[in-house]
Amino acid sequence: MKSLTNILLVAPILLPFLSAIIMLSAWKKIKFQRVMNLFASGVAVMASLAIMQKVRADGILVLHVGGWQAPFGISIVIDLLSAIMVVITAVIAFVTAIYSIHTIDPEREAFGFYPLLQFLLMGINGAFITGDLFNLYVWFEVMLISSFVLIALGGRKDQLEGAIKYVTLNLLASAIFLAAAGIIYGLAGTLNMADLARKLPLLNNDTMLNLVSVMFLISFGIKSALFPFFFWLPASYHTPPAAVSAIFAGLLTKVGVYALIRVFTLIFTHDVNFTHTVLLVLAGLTMLSGVLGAATQMDFRRILSFHIISQIGYMIMGLALNSPLALAGGIFYIMHHVIVKTNLFFVSGMVNKFEGSYRLKSLGGVFKASPVLSLLFFIPAMSLAGIPPLSGFWAKFTVAKAGFDLEQYFIVGVSLLVGALTLYSMTKIWNEVFWKDKPDSIQNNNTKESWSSVKLYLPLAILSLITIIIGFNAEPFLNLAINAAHQLLNPQEYIKIVLGS
Amino acid sequence: MNLMMAVLVAVLYTGGIYMILRRSMVKVILGLIFLGHAANLLIFTIGNLTKGKPAFVPEGMLSLDEPFADPLPQALILTAIVIGFGVQAFAIILFKRAYKTVGSDDIDQLNHTDELDR
Repeated sequence: MKSLTNILLVAPILLPFLSAIIMLSAWKKIKFQRVMNLFASGVAVMASLAIMQKVRADGILVLHVGGWQAPFGISIVIDLLSAIMVVITAVIAFVTAIYSIHTIDPEREAFGFYPLLQFLLMGINGAFITGDLFNLYVWFEVMLISSFVLIALGGRKDQLEGAIKYVTLNLLASAIFLAAAGIIYGLAGTLNMADLARKLPLLNNDTMLNLVSVMFLISFGIKSALFPFFFWLPASYHTPPAAVSAIFAGLLTKVGVYALIRVFTLIFTHDVNFTHTVLLVLAGLTMLSGVLGAATQMDFRRILSFHIISQIGYMIMGLALNSPLALAGGIFYIMHHVIVKTNLFFVSGMVNKFEGSYRLKSLGGVFKASPVLSLLFFIPAMSLAGIPPLSGFWAKFTVAKAGFDLEQYFIVGVSLLVGALTLYSMTKIWNEVFWKDKPDSIQNNNTKESWSSVKLYLPLAILSLITIIIGFNAEPFLNLAINAAHQLLNPQEYIKIVLGS
Repeated sequence: MNLMMAVLVAVLYTGGIYMILRRSMVKVILGLIFLGHAANLLIFTIGNLTKGKPAFVPEGMLSLDEPFADPLPQALILTAIVIGFGVQAFAIILFKRAYKTVGSDDIDQLNHTDELDR
């Protein structure tokens, strides 16, 4: 029984790894790879739900890999936040698996799109469940190298340009992360996160800790597209195929946000006045610059890319306010955002598939051509803007309520303004793509048959349904987020369970 | 020895940052490689530079004699070098493909993905 639980704990890493290896051994059999990808993603959803069930029943789960006790070995630690992230990753991977079958071109499939997708998931899941700082670096690299190949796969000019910007800045972030991990090892003599949380307060060296915490902030800030470091994101996310940019938009930046939440609730809590004030200022600027950047754009996916940035601001605002309700709001925001944003990128891919463009200027009349797709855009778009009763409303409401409780009126004001401007951008897309007539100069090249193909709408419908469920039945999800936040803000239990003393 | 390493790390960091700010693709790659090496040497120095004192506990003793070289940072560097090698190899190929496609090694020419659609 014990060994079965252990296998379940590493399943989020092991499943994608094994399925990727199997797919690599069947390199030429594309149909097999499709089925395998779908099957592995489906099993991963079930495994992640089982993990979630177990974490809710038994509390934080720990596995000391290879039998080496913490802090000497690498520990896999799954608390509620990790479990939530693993479940969301599995769900997104599953719908992306369905979506990519019909949208990814045969060339990309032939060059290993599906195994790469699974390697990417292995890296993402590994980052979510590891309890060791250096191991986190390794998982980041696994995730990055797969995403590098995925973003450049196809080799079109704009893809390569986007990839260069993406690769350069992410490598810079990794170098900073590596140096910071080294310095923190020099200070505390350990890299186990729980052990660090125990040992760092004994150092009484706040100056040095502040320095290292800023290095972590910069490196994770680049990865999660925080305010001064976000330029790589809108320059690259609109270049790969829609299935790839959808999974990037949903999951990759959230790994950075997860790392920030983990590090600034567990390890760097020595000088909250300094670290969390910096975070709060960055959160406000991230929200504003993202939404203002989106206002000037006239490309479907670039507008959505800029909105990723502004939404990251809300999550970091939840972290920076540093109260249980605020952090719960941030976590709830992640859940809502991943689902909605992936859905919106799927819609943009569908529009491109049938109308042949992402440019708002050359699109139009989609509402007439496909009312169903319009509805499937309308739900996540309104949710993103925070219109009740959809999931985005509860996410924004929780963060804003926490801000009012702490009397941080300015940042709440900023967040509400950003919500209104989000609505402006979504309305712009709605007007240009769905509502207005198709420009006369553009040839209509879609066929009647393609619009009515049901299987294409399936992944979008699943995600829209989840958005509606979270919206109309927010309480269990909110309670889950609140419990996760309580776990994060009381790290004693985490430390005790990992170190076992 | 520590001072020498500190100066070397500083030189690599300054060189790396200078290089990634240049416009030529080749120099940007060199900058990234310098930054990776700088981080590796930094960790190496953190593990104490001690000559001829392997981290073995002597017979009859329970702990190591100070000073000793910490073996863990060396293991970390080994991992980081391998990862860095793979990633840098990929970056070089990517930059080469971009050079062939764009027809220029000037980073400033790579501004199409940032252009506004008017």
